[in-house]
Amino acid sequence: MSATTAPPLEVRGLVKRYGNLAAVDGVDLTVDAGDVYGYLGPNGAGKTTSLRMMLGLIRPTAGTVSLFGRDPWETARALDGVAGFVEAPTFYPYLSGRRNLELLAAFDGDGASALIDSALQTVELTDRARDKVGGYSHGMRQRLGIAAALLRQPKLLLLDEPTTGLDPGGMRDMRVLVRQLAQQGITIMLSSHLLAEVEEVCNRVAIVQSGKIVYEGEISALKRSAGAAYTLQTTDDERALGICRAQRGIEEARPSDGKIWFSAEEEEAVAALSQALVEGGALIRALTPQTARLEDLFFSLTEGAGNGAEDAAADGAERESIQAQAEATR
Amino acid sequence: MSSGAVAAPAPRIAGRVGRPSVLTVYRWEVFKLIHLKRTYLGLGLSVIVPIIFAVAIHFRHSQHGDFAFASYLNRSGLALPLVILLFGAVWMFPLITALVAGDIFASEDHNGTLKTVLTRSLQRWQIFAGKTLAATTYAVIAILLNGTFAVVAGTIQSGFNPLQSLSGTTVSASHALGLVYLALVIYLMPIATVLCIGLLLSTLTRNSAAAVVGTLMISLLFQLIGVLPGLQGTQPYLLSTQFQAWQGLLRQPIDWSPIVQAVWVCAMYAVPALGAAFLIFLRRDVAGG
Repeated sequence: MSATTAPPLEVRGLVKRYGNLAAVDGVDLTVDAGDVYGYLGPNGAGKTTSLRMMLGLIRPTAGTVSLFGRDPWETARALDGVAGFVEAPTFYPYLSGRRNLELLAAFDGDGASALIDSALQTVELTDRARDKVGGYSHGMRQRLGIAAALLRQPKLLLLDEPTTGLDPGGMRDMRVLVRQLAQQGITIMLSSHLLAEVEEVCNRVAIVQSGKIVYEGEISALKRSAGAAYTLQTTDDERALGICRAQRGIEEARPSDGKIWFSAEEEEAVAALSQALVEGGALIRALTPQTARLEDLFFSLTEGAGNGAEDAAADGAERESIQAQAEATR
Repeated sequence: MSSGAVAAPAPRIAGRVGRPSVLTVYRWEVFKLIHLKRTYLGLGLSVIVPIIFAVAIHFRHSQHGDFAFASYLNRSGLALPLVILLFGAVWMFPLITALVAGDIFASEDHNGTLKTVLTRSLQRWQIFAGKTLAATTYAVIAILLNGTFAVVAGTIQSGFNPLQSLSGTTVSASHALGLVYLALVIYLMPIATVLCIGLLLSTLTRNSAAAVVGTLMISLLFQLIGVLPGLQGTQPYLLSTQFQAWQGLLRQPIDWSPIVQAVWVCAMYAVPALGAAFLIFLRRDVAGG
């Protein structure tokens, strides 16, 4: 596949092992041009390790990473058109924000330095650009990280938990910025453990658990796969429940919190049910479609059989600790 | 941030002409060194020691010396830089060198800035070469600064007078000055070796303090081996011995054999250390920070 037609990011069979621990275990994913791609998983699931491999910072144990058709371990040119950061963006604290950007622009090549002013303006750091980064807040460093990424005129932006550590206002601003950058045509992949964030800004998602992808595709498709659910309130719920259960196309019906909960794949089945309820003498007070929440789908995918949320969290924390120890000693 | 519209990106520069080079890294590494306190700690030590020596000579009562050139300190200021070269070999110059060499990679690891620069348009070897050149520049400046301050301080104290060579002949002041600077250049060989060991420990340990102290300890270990009675046969091949190679210049005629020996002995330590540092840096995972 030529570099011009290759997708911005293609990962095949990606594995990273630290001793016996597989931090990333056979990840396959493709980020197409124009995607805002969420890499979603609990802490310790292997998201940051994956992003490090994608940016050529750590060498995969097995598998390949391709950025616009080029391997970041073969040439730094693979990072042309690619920018981003893993964990928190880091800068030289004894230099000003502008000096840091000048340094990074120099390391990007001619032309990048001409973008410093507009990048600072984009992240609204122009007024603080001459202050030393050592005095910046976490949110300001995150924004400077975005500015540093913009200097590369990226076609693909890889962001590792860009809202982590930000206050609610900072999180909102960062999400707005991500959406604005996406509107400019930049393909974005962002890792996150925040479901709402991914649901809000991403069109596609890979859900990762214990280093493995448990779902990859469009968020809307994921929600559709969960089927459509409705709640119903009538003048006679007992009779209505019987009608629901007898109605063709209604897959499941049960009482729930003083209402009737039922699922149906086809909207026509719901229309037919409405008519049957009226004819059966159970007049409809409320019929409400229940949108599947990403959060519910996420937990159903990541917790697995007999693996509760607490177990998953403990597993993630343990994996995180082992990864950190392994990385520190390498 | 949310309130304002996102500024339009500047026009794309076609083909990204002028890709960054080793020189780009070197310039910015020097710029960073200029802004780091530890640079001035090393350079400050280089400057202050000759002044302390000159003051000590001024108040010294004994005219006798128990080491090379000590007895000439009151007769010629040009003896001072040479005496400092003798004393500095034990720990001062290795420490000054290690302060930057041990820190230059490890601090980037510690601060997490290594991953920042590695995700730009540079090859790893370019970053390594630029940093190595910057650390070398610092070491050269430190040695030359020390020598120059020693010449000036010594001259103020004892005058710009002819110097007696180790063979007992008298060398004119101007000729001796040339020999002093040539001695400093030869002294740079073992210094460069210490630098390479520092760079290796810096890439290997990823810990600035461990790399600086480790470099100094290796240097002291060579000194220790050199004075142990049973191991004196190893002396010609020790790094510590090469710090004395410049003394060949102060003989009449000049004795080049210790200098030639220093070239290959220093290379014997420096090349593997630098090579290992290079390979480690090129292949290693960059995480944390």
